[in-house]
Amino acid sequence: MPFGNTHNNFKLNYKVEEEFPDLSKHNNHMAKVLTKELYGKLRDKQTPSGYTLDDVIQTGVDNPGHPFIMTVGCVAGDEESYTVFKDLLDPIISDRHGGYKPDDKHKTDMNFENLKGGDDLDPNYVLSSRVRTGRSIKGFTLPPHNSRGERRLIEKLSVEALTSLDGEFKGKYYPLKSMTDAEQEQLINDHFLFDKPVSPLLTCAGMARDWPDGRGIWHNDDKTFLVWVNEEDHLRVISMQKGGNMREVFRRFCTGLAKIEEIFKKHNHGFMWSEHLGYILTCPSNLGTGLRGGVHVKLPKLSTHPKFDEILNRLRLQKRGTGGVDTASVGGVFDISNADRLGSSEVDQVQMVVDGVKLMVEMEKKLEKGEAIDSMIPAQK
Amino acid sequence: MASHLTPAIYSALCDRSTPNGYRLDQAIQTGVDNPGHPFIKTVGMVAGDEESYEVFAELLDPVIKERHNGYDPKTMTHPTDLDSSKLTSGMFDEKYVLSSRVRTGRSIRGLSLPPACTRAERREVEHVVVEALSGLSGDLTGKYFSLTQMTDQEQQQLIDDHFLFDKPVSPLLTCAGMARDWPDARGIWHNNEKTFLIWVNEEDHTRVISMEKGGNMKRVFDRFCRGLKEVERLIQERGWEFMWNERLGYILTCPSNLGTGLRAGVHVKLPLLSKDPRFSKILDNLRLQKRGTGGVDTAAVGGTFDISNLDRLGQSEVQLVQTVVDGVNYLVECEKRLEKGQDIKVPAPIKTFK
Repeated sequence: MPFGNTHNNFKLNYKVEEEFPDLSKHNNHMAKVLTKELYGKLRDKQTPSGYTLDDVIQTGVDNPGHPFIMTVGCVAGDEESYTVFKDLLDPIISDRHGGYKPDDKHKTDMNFENLKGGDDLDPNYVLSSRVRTGRSIKGFTLPPHNSRGERRLIEKLSVEALTSLDGEFKGKYYPLKSMTDAEQEQLINDHFLFDKPVSPLLTCAGMARDWPDGRGIWHNDDKTFLVWVNEEDHLRVISMQKGGNMREVFRRFCTGLAKIEEIFKKHNHGFMWSEHLGYILTCPSNLGTGLRGGVHVKLPKLSTHPKFDEILNRLRLQKRGTGGVDTASVGGVFDISNADRLGSSEVDQVQMVVDGVKLMVEMEKKLEKGEAIDSMIPAQK
Repeated sequence: MASHLTPAIYSALCDRSTPNGYRLDQAIQTGVDNPGHPFIKTVGMVAGDEESYEVFAELLDPVIKERHNGYDPKTMTHPTDLDSSKLTSGMFDEKYVLSSRVRTGRSIRGLSLPPACTRAERREVEHVVVEALSGLSGDLTGKYFSLTQMTDQEQQQLIDDHFLFDKPVSPLLTCAGMARDWPDARGIWHNNEKTFLIWVNEEDHTRVISMEKGGNMKRVFDRFCRGLKEVERLIQERGWEFMWNERLGYILTCPSNLGTGLRAGVHVKLPLLSKDPRFSKILDNLRLQKRGTGGVDTAAVGGTFDISNLDRLGQSEVQLVQTVVDGVNYLVECEKRLEKGQDIKVPAPIKTFK
């Protein structure tokens, strides 16, 4: 829960050891990095909008984590959180993003023409293709911290930008609080509707405050380009379609985002971005490209091969069930997407998905014919 | 909250903050996030500290007035009376009354309330209270079980005794920030006989419960008053006191629990009376409410109900427990008459502080 900075000053009346959280049963990135000394060093700091250390870590204190799954355990309340609380966030970012260093530079490449191939994934195996990312609007604080006034203005600017789009991007906005039953039913059937967050990872960070005020969904008439407003981030942008033409999905993704960014820039509210961290989002796990590009692909034989996980690892890909994160696969169909977010560009990451999935489909075909795939197993990317 | 918060009041209060830094938006967040139910009117706001009730009085006073049946904090004073010797006829017919219980809450003056307290403050509440409780003796001698250090065995025992409380899941509480840092500095104390029980740092600094099987409400209330006075004496010895004032009585987190913060109740078998169409009216006139035996928002099982006082503020502890005693005696009489095929009467509405 974000408290006022006057409240944080009041806490300084107590000694560090009296205020330091009990992290003895915790297993998340924040708990691994935050020592009493570091807490003491950062606890009197705040960002210009008044976001404090305790605000950053509250979700990680309230959610001790799981022995097998390392959650991040902290969030940013605004762009400046990443600099004011650098001493805590840089090591966490390094742990989470494969050793990324505090002085590393992130590559942004949203030029879809740089993608090689990607339009010929076999639709007998690749059932659907999708690319998503998030964007934060400069000049506003982030979902854990923003006020009702900020959230409403973000919605207003987003709706202005989105409803000005035309051609393949012509579409409509559905605010959550004034949706008709018919509209809600349609959005559910299209699998577009998002729910009020129930995960304590999000609610403990204050992201569900004032729900459903300022929240909504926009999509184009073709239902191939979709934007969520004020859910976990200011904007979540999704391009998707049935079949294996990832190239087309990525083209639409890049083109749509460029158009939206243009409009925001005109209002002096471009996207939050830095040379070091790429696109700035609420959760440190989504820094860099914030991009997850993936397919639903039938791999019944390959997925039961003993080297499946190793192959995915080497290709820098990850698997999920078709219900999304933390679901199981059904009928040998998997959601395969890029594992990386920070340190490589959008084109790099989508390329890895395209090349990796192409290879795995070929492996699946080989296994169908009863042939071995050992010679096809790639080197570590 | 939503019935009373206007843009004018919001504008007047939104820049203010209590000395500890608690602000209006935090006080009302739970009511914004939980729109409520057409039939059940929740309060929709909390206090972050004692001063909230002064700093945000323009909003809290009308909320309190509506919730507490017209009690006006601007003009009225609340009577406190923990002299249990004044209670009469406090022994129920145990063929009908299965158990008796009295609960309240107490806050430690000088420390912020659960929606706003820092980890250090919460740990200090635990320290102050546990130290005081270790000074209790005789039938009140007992032990503290910290939630962070409980053994599996202790936990199982507390579950079997129906004493263990869970991390709050109700969004009414979580949206107000009361579950932060769980289970840090939370715990349960009870006496060896398991008839006097205190929750530390759950929804309030302390929740104090006296209970036993059977119908001896007098003994339950005696122990309640005695225990509370002892604990108060022990914390005063160390320079602390409970939050209390003449306007609002005992200060607790939720405005619905101001005044006495007291809910005195019984589990009572009323299979015939509960089916009589006059049951609700009888309860209303007696200033009582019914709940299922699982507590608030549960259904009654086998004609057994939880019957307790409706009011909290504007009448003393003695008055409210007497209301429950007189009321339950009346209900049991009705049940007996219906058993014999005799008719019953709806009693005249009893006077409240008005």
